[in-house]
Amino acid sequence: MSQNAEHIVDHFDLFKQPDYQDMFKNKQQCFENRVPEIEVEKGQEWSKSWEYREINFKREALSINPDKACQPLGAVFAAAGFEGTLPFVHGSQGCVAYFRTHFNRHFKEPSSCVSSSMTEDAAVFGGLNNMVDGLANAYALYKPKMIAVCTTCMAEVIGDDLDSFIKTAKQKGSVPETFDVPFAHTPSFVGSHVTGYDNMMKGILTHFWEGGQRKENGKLNFIGGFDGYTVGNLREIKRLLGLMGVDYTVLGDGSDVWDTPTDGEFRMYDGGTRLDETRDALNARATLSMQAFSTDKTLAYIKEKGQEVVALNCPIGVNGTDRFLMEVSRLTGKPIPDELKKERGRLVDAIGDSLSYLHGKKFAINGDPDFCLGMAGFLLELGAEPVHIVCTNGNKDWQAKMQAVLDASPFGKGGKAWAGKDLWHMRSLLFTEPVDFLIGNSYSKYLERDTKTPMIHIGFPVHDRHHHHRYPIWGYQGALNVLVWILDRIMLELDRNSSDIGKTDFSYDLVR
Amino acid sequence: MGALRQIAFYGKGGIGKSTTSQNTLAALAEMGQKILIVGCDPKADSTRLILHAKAQDTVLSLAAEAGSVEDLEIEDVLKFGYRDIKCAESGGPEPGVGCAGRGVITAINFLEENGAYEGMDYVSYDVLGDVVCGGFAMPIRENKAQEIYIVMSGEMMAMYAANNIAKGILKYANAGGVRLGGLVCNERQTDKELELAEALAKKLNTTLIHFVPRDNIVQHAELRRMTVLEYAPDSKQAEEYRQLAQKIHANAGKGTIPTPITMDELEDMLLEFGIIEAVDESIVGKAAVAA
Repeated sequence: MSQNAEHIVDHFDLFKQPDYQDMFKNKQQCFENRVPEIEVEKGQEWSKSWEYREINFKREALSINPDKACQPLGAVFAAAGFEGTLPFVHGSQGCVAYFRTHFNRHFKEPSSCVSSSMTEDAAVFGGLNNMVDGLANAYALYKPKMIAVCTTCMAEVIGDDLDSFIKTAKQKGSVPETFDVPFAHTPSFVGSHVTGYDNMMKGILTHFWEGGQRKENGKLNFIGGFDGYTVGNLREIKRLLGLMGVDYTVLGDGSDVWDTPTDGEFRMYDGGTRLDETRDALNARATLSMQAFSTDKTLAYIKEKGQEVVALNCPIGVNGTDRFLMEVSRLTGKPIPDELKKERGRLVDAIGDSLSYLHGKKFAINGDPDFCLGMAGFLLELGAEPVHIVCTNGNKDWQAKMQAVLDASPFGKGGKAWAGKDLWHMRSLLFTEPVDFLIGNSYSKYLERDTKTPMIHIGFPVHDRHHHHRYPIWGYQGALNVLVWILDRIMLELDRNSSDIGKTDFSYDLVR
Repeated sequence: MGALRQIAFYGKGGIGKSTTSQNTLAALAEMGQKILIVGCDPKADSTRLILHAKAQDTVLSLAAEAGSVEDLEIEDVLKFGYRDIKCAESGGPEPGVGCAGRGVITAINFLEENGAYEGMDYVSYDVLGDVVCGGFAMPIRENKAQEIYIVMSGEMMAMYAANNIAKGILKYANAGGVRLGGLVCNERQTDKELELAEALAKKLNTTLIHFVPRDNIVQHAELRRMTVLEYAPDSKQAEEYRQLAQKIHANAGKGTIPTPITMDELEDMLLEFGIIEAVDESIVGKAAVAA
């Protein structure tokens, strides 16, 4: 074969060489019992039709490429946002390996997270011993300040009770009695990663707040929700709140955990919301959540404790940021400084500069419930037209809210919100009612491949575009980033469509 | 309205658990208590006497119809019966498939999260036969039932099941707040039934909270899918259930941490009461020819 030690060829190039090509062909002909090429093509063509779309949307018992992850993934993310906290997943080890690689690939950072490694005997006898040993090991080996426990489906199906398990483990001396071990039941087969985030955030607050007496101190709590841009976003939010002179606590601040410096020191835990601050957050005047669908039960709990709660839907763009800043200003009585007014003006200027490239462009979006709302809101203010909005983990409330956002704008007429649909539904939508661009996470690239709809990578997870998560999408600066990512793709498409010499290069200008 | 009181009825299958619980809860309702019954048995027969229905549509059957539990509305799963008692049945899979325990967890979570417990004085869980897996222990978890009442009789297997249930409670009682409220003996007219029940209660560090005598009127009421309280409110049997209800009502916070016994201890107890005879170990396992 053509591979040799002196010159190692990457597999992409290697497999294109004749000996491999012949081998593949031979294997297909002799062993694969293939359907004739013409039949495959016929099937593919049919899958692009309206007829197929209608059948596809009648699907009941099958999901194809659902655009969501499971609860414990979100719970691990929420837990990682607290000081010195080791997320501990009670259940099977493979699940945790998946959470860790998923975060590794998105954030390009190690993900500290352990499992109680339940095996078949634990499934039969219950996972109490795994909890007792697991907590003891995790505490001794990784020296966390807090261990936050969630569950996988295995522990949930057999009905393991975290509350009693953790108390028993403490009685048996796995960790000291006073050591913080908040928990949340996060059955993977219910909801999605945003539900898991919500459950864990509520679990942590419940752990620190129960039994406490609330004495209002005028501070503001801020919760980001499950967010692939948490590194850039939270730093931007802290800058904005700093500029306004607001006294605040970010609950679940993973911005440093998911972006540790390479300076010779390994940080298993970095940054995060301090535990004493988390306890004290009960006394805040109000809590502001950037993602309502990611913090549903958490906000209900906080409200029950006597705080005012404000829930936004991943505000992206001018209106979204205005709303955010005005809410902060209303809650704290602090005026919005001139510096931010200038930033706003610069963003509006940038949008104006590019408006002719954006106006009337049709978009499809897939992603988490709040992200879809925020992203579509921004497109509408750019004069672009969101047409298909697919949210696998969206519920009826989301669908109604999303549809209302679309219906309220002349650019949203004809747009439709699809709750609970998957990326195979989206494929049918893109074939039957094509759009100009698709906004989605890395999994949407197969839709780009199939339907040739140019795609912009925004969402979670993004494994195949590096470092975008370091940039905010919130605030006026964040909106500018999103604007640039969209425009880059639009310009690239323009060039591609006008680069045939003597055929499509009608304009002599550098741009079109 | 005071704090929400949560109780649960456990016991061997066929012991008359659902009959006892529904009659007792009907008596509590008579006392003006607002009650929610949560049936935790795939058979879904924990509420039939209150609702006069064969079997109620269950949370899980309705969820399966709607697509998922998230698509359910609370109004769909709650029915109102005798004296406005609120009823819900968790439901579960057909025998031999799936996981009924998970069904119990799912149903209870759904009811709680969707406000079914709001405004209630009592929530009562009626749980099937044995605590066979973690799911059936859901009503024992922290912030669920505070007291467990075990329905039993003088039969050996019923006492065996009662002891097993006590073991289940003990697992949770050490770390949490759940307590054994007491035994309820449903008379089977076995030998020395009352004495045995009292002795078992003592061994388990609890009390026999009530001895419910056997009375055919219960069957007459059952045939009409009614509680005795509704069918024959002036009967002697209705008075028995009223007494039991009073005792349970007065028993708040008086539950104990059970002290389950071993199988040998249980057999010794039966020996002591002359219910079983000592086994001649020399004949065990020997076939007729060899003997």
